[in-house]
Amino acid sequence: MALPDRDLQAAIAATRFGLGARPGEIDAVRADPQGFLLAQTTSRPVPDPIRALPVARAEALQAFRQAQAAFLKANRQQDRKAVDLRPELSAARTVLRDQIAADVLERAARGATTEAGFAERWALFWANHFSVGAGNFVRTATIGPYEAAAIRPHVFGRFADLLVAAETHPAMLLYLDQNGSVGPDSPLAQRTARRPDAKRQLGLNENLAREILELHTVGVDGGYTQADVTEFARALTGLTFRGFNAPAEQVGETYFRQIAHQPGPRTVMGVVYEVEGEAQALAILNDLAARPQTARFISRKIARHFVADDPPPALVARLEAAWRDADGALDQVAAALITAPEAWAPAPAKFKTPYEFMVSSWRAVGAAPRKPADLAMLTAMGHRPFYAPSPEGWPDEAAAWATPDGIIKRLVWTQDYAPRAIGAADPSKIAVEALGARLSPATATAVARAESRGEGLALLLMSPEFQRR
Amino acid sequence: MWGARALAAPQRRKFVLVILRGAADGLSITPPVGDRAYAPLRRELAITEAALPLDGDFGLHPELKTVHRLIGAGQGRFAPAVAMPAAGRSHFEAQDRLEAAAGSDVSSGWLNRAMASLGRGAPVEGLSVGPVAPLVLRGQVATSSWSPGRAVETAARLPMLVQDLYADDPLLGPALARGLKTEVLAQANLARLAVDTADTPEAPNAARLSRTLQGDSREAATRLGDAVAGFMREETGADVVAISLDGFDTHANQAGALSRRLAYLDALIGGLQGGLGQGWGETVVLVVTEFGRTARVNGTLGTDHGTASTALLLGGGLKPGGIIGDWPTLKEARLFENRDLAPTADLRSLFKGVLAEHMGVDRRALDTTIFPDSAKAPPILGLV
Repeated sequence: MALPDRDLQAAIAATRFGLGARPGEIDAVRADPQGFLLAQTTSRPVPDPIRALPVARAEALQAFRQAQAAFLKANRQQDRKAVDLRPELSAARTVLRDQIAADVLERAARGATTEAGFAERWALFWANHFSVGAGNFVRTATIGPYEAAAIRPHVFGRFADLLVAAETHPAMLLYLDQNGSVGPDSPLAQRTARRPDAKRQLGLNENLAREILELHTVGVDGGYTQADVTEFARALTGLTFRGFNAPAEQVGETYFRQIAHQPGPRTVMGVVYEVEGEAQALAILNDLAARPQTARFISRKIARHFVADDPPPALVARLEAAWRDADGALDQVAAALITAPEAWAPAPAKFKTPYEFMVSSWRAVGAAPRKPADLAMLTAMGHRPFYAPSPEGWPDEAAAWATPDGIIKRLVWTQDYAPRAIGAADPSKIAVEALGARLSPATATAVARAESRGEGLALLLMSPEFQRR
Repeated sequence: MWGARALAAPQRRKFVLVILRGAADGLSITPPVGDRAYAPLRRELAITEAALPLDGDFGLHPELKTVHRLIGAGQGRFAPAVAMPAAGRSHFEAQDRLEAAAGSDVSSGWLNRAMASLGRGAPVEGLSVGPVAPLVLRGQVATSSWSPGRAVETAARLPMLVQDLYADDPLLGPALARGLKTEVLAQANLARLAVDTADTPEAPNAARLSRTLQGDSREAATRLGDAVAGFMREETGADVVAISLDGFDTHANQAGALSRRLAYLDALIGGLQGGLGQGWGETVVLVVTEFGRTARVNGTLGTDHGTASTALLLGGGLKPGGIIGDWPTLKEARLFENRDLAPTADLRSLFKGVLAEHMGVDRRALDTTIFPDSAKAPPILGLV
């Protein structure tokens, strides 16, 4: 299967592999489209590990929790002081809310301005694979730091390292209820059971174990049983993080709480783990990372995300082989994707998600979101950043997004955005720079015949080839 | 009842499917207050005195006030222990099974296939509510979708020019056409709602009202139910509606989170009923979830993935009757895999019964194309 000509390759490199072409990008890439992409995969050595939660974030969370606790206590005691405590709580909440909004904006702005669109798309893929969704304030405030500390540094490194980093970060531990999971026969559980004033029995929570097996590694058809889920959950007990009562520089650090750990060996997917304590769950995680089902499950996801909802089996096989040959070195898997002929099929088979649509629109005009309100429409489109509805993350397939309502919402946004964004630019020129050889004659004509510059840009953004990649 | 209905002006039958995503806890929706094993298994999470009373055996979650009223008026029933076969305990797989009901084939949903079967006579209109299209309504038959938000100027140039661009696009062309049609309906709907609910002297503001439809409050839910009813009341409006509600995966600190979501569900049903008016008599609402939760409370005051859960059947034209299916009890020996409530009926039987008797779907189609391989799930009849 031959690659298409250079012009089309350049367009595909920017629009399918990347997040959309900024003005001049397709021209710059034409000389060596594959080289342009490969250069973005160079494995970055992880510097001193990035702190799980920046100190400023930890302090803001502590201030919020303190204010909240004081207010709730006064409220419960029907103390008049509660009224005075409200402004402090409000202020603490606002600080956090602003920090969260800044996280979201920063990520969107990075997507709009980066010169390494493929690397960014690759990172977003992994952040979605290890999706942590918003919930209460505290949890939502850990998501930005999670992506920075646990995901991004590892996306071109070893999968096993990425897996361990993601599963041990406080954001994931909070999201999947791990921090409260206690081994039923652990010293902590036994101690609590003996106390006459024990408010509740401490016990196991299976959520993290299940999602690691089902979503993050071997996949739902990976051959594990309910018993494996429970055993894995037992192995994970004790895995937690330094809570908000710790000094700010320690808050969020992963640590292992021996007294909460279920003692004894564990058997997961036919393998007996005699090693005890902290090393037990880590051993299981590393073994899961190495299983062929993991390579297969995730290779298919990569192919689905980058190329087509129903990816060519040859492509999946290529990625899987690269994964196995490289022992999960993700820069090699990325290289296999970039050099796979199937990934360069001319027809745009992927329908853009709302986020991809907006980011590529900003890129097309050389703009970037500047304030949280610029992202507000994503909520109405059902794609609010950080708010994936389940651990499965955001769906990828066209049927989820190309709904009547979805198209209408894009039209609403475009109707409003295009006239403001176009300024004095020429929409026909923008169309050529955004799509290159992927621009169709029909769209080019419609843009050229538009009644106004804004209308021209709107037609480009709503065009079938711009709605896809 | 049948005689009286035959004499009345023929009204189109309507069906609303509400999917609670995340495995909603049936043991909290319809707590088995009469089952002695319940309180010891659920401890802090057991709902006993607080339950809204039904009979000696079951109660209702305290937030389900509308459902309680409907059941009291003979307009509601429930199946306390139902499940899809071999659902497994993975949300996404189970939701696919719940919505596709065709083994490993997830290209279409059973509701869309039912519409295809019905549509051989007169066309049946389907509507999904919410920004993401649920699998249950995907398939051969094109359906509409809507979610609250800012409106598009349907008569402006841009929509028409974009339609031209989509003339040869099999995915975007039909989607945009339907979207515009729905938009026209929605704007008329909201304008009417704004007039009906305006309690200030200023001119009613459809845009502002649209914003109040978003959000998690009871008020937002009531308005949303009313808005959806508006779509259904139109002449060429929706006959079949699918609504998804999130937030039922209560692994930790279940009590508060579940109360809030059930309050939303309850208000949504109230809004639907109120908005439909006379049409409520011809409407059936079925509330289901992909599986239930563990019989025992877990270590974080929540519950984990289980098997059987509750399905709610509501509507103005239901036949009187008791619980749908059986109650296997929560005795340890009767628990499924020693952890879950055991199912006593297949959800497909419930779907088939409602589709056959309420919507008039062909019985043979139900057993073949709509629910393939469902010989083990005969329709539950006599509900409507």
